[in-house]
Amino acid sequence: MVTIAAIIYEPGSTNKNKTGSWRTFRPILDNKKCIKCENCYIFCPEGTIYEDKNGDFKINYDYCKGCLICVNECPVNALTSTREEK
Amino acid sequence: MEKIDIITGTTAAAMAAKLSNVEVIAAYPITPQSHCVEALAKYVADGELDAEFVKVESEHSAMATCIGASATGVRTFTATASQGLALMHEMLYIASGMRLPIVMLNTNRALSAPINIWCDQQDSIAERDSGWIQIYAEDNQETLDSVVQAFKIAEDEEVLLPVMVNIDGFILTHTVEPVAIPDEEKVREYLGIYEPKHAYLDPDRPITQGPVGVPECYMETRKDLNDAIEGSREVIKRVNEEYYKLFNRKYGNGLVEGYNLEDADTVLVAMGSVCGTIKYVINELKEKGKNVGLLRIRTYRPFPKEDVVEMLKDANNVAVLDKNISLGFNMGALGIDVSSVLKNKKVCNYIVGLGGRDITPQDIEEIISHVEGAKDGETKWINLKE
Repeated sequence: MVTIAAIIYEPGSTNKNKTGSWRTFRPILDNKKCIKCENCYIFCPEGTIYEDKNGDFKINYDYCKGCLICVNECPVNALTSTREEK
Repeated sequence: MEKIDIITGTTAAAMAAKLSNVEVIAAYPITPQSHCVEALAKYVADGELDAEFVKVESEHSAMATCIGASATGVRTFTATASQGLALMHEMLYIASGMRLPIVMLNTNRALSAPINIWCDQQDSIAERDSGWIQIYAEDNQETLDSVVQAFKIAEDEEVLLPVMVNIDGFILTHTVEPVAIPDEEKVREYLGIYEPKHAYLDPDRPITQGPVGVPECYMETRKDLNDAIEGSREVIKRVNEEYYKLFNRKYGNGLVEGYNLEDADTVLVAMGSVCGTIKYVINELKEKGKNVGLLRIRTYRPFPKEDVVEMLKDANNVAVLDKNISLGFNMGALGIDVSSVLKNKKVCNYIVGLGGRDITPQDIEEIISHVEGAKDGETKWINLKE
């Protein structure tokens, strides 16, 4: 059942909406080629790229919509893309 | 104690909004509504009404402001007409979809082109499916009473929908009539303070109103909205009765009003001020020994389907008057609706009074004599120049 007027009574509901399913192309980051310039991290419009505890950059595929801006911005071609398939 | 004032329909609506203790008014002037918000602006400026009066740059902004204000949990009012209502169009759907009990006076006026400031009901009919409850008042007294009732209906927890009170431009907006003004304290006690439980913007209790409705939930919210407006019929009837007990005035059962229906073989169906003219003609004919009835549709949405079937069960000639035209269907909206609920009955449709064309008692008599000799499904434009 939906709530009246589809009102959301708890904050933070966007976390529940995993927009990764919208993706047609998946960006793939090769950490061996990565020079840690942070361009992808800065340009990602959804904030789905993060630095892990080892200092490596990772992509959160739960929310990455596959816009591929990161692929476009990477100066060393460490980011490539592939079509999502079932 | 009620006092009687001689006032226009727009003043009656403004007084009703004041009696109802509205907290936010956002409006843009447009003929023939302007006197209504002008009066409200004066009440606020003179300190007679403790409300926020927001001057906006368009009707679209007026409705957007009302939506924002209502979402914070305050009683909200606006008024418009014609092109102004059309400009509000997308906002109207948001008000109903967000379940905000905004009350609006719409002073029925023709739509352009050609530009025309005079009365017909095309403007509100064009917003038929917007999820707003639509009430059509017959006179200035009913205008005042309907605006007060509109808040009671809109804010009912089973309803929570916006209400549009429609009055005929110039015919009611610029004509003075004696109107009984109820006691302010009594009205305010009746309406109480609007305290929404379903939604209001509060920093201490963050919620999201008007979120994205994805395909997985959109259809259910539309069904919910439809259930709410369908269910509002009972609330409208109840409010009509409650109001009668407190203020001694009622309008049929709240949805429809029958006039001289008993033993009437020919019945006219109409909305708004033309019903006054029809009643006059009915009385004249009665003196001559002819019996004609009137079924006045007071609430157009929700449409009183069951009442129409029940109250017209003995009529053989049904003449539906429309101050609007569904272009490409050669019928008015009310004619289409009445035809769709009446089975095996002669229903004829009469297009009248577009763009302020007068509807005279002679026109009504012409309709009566036409429908009695007509075939089912005929549409006739009345008082059309050759």
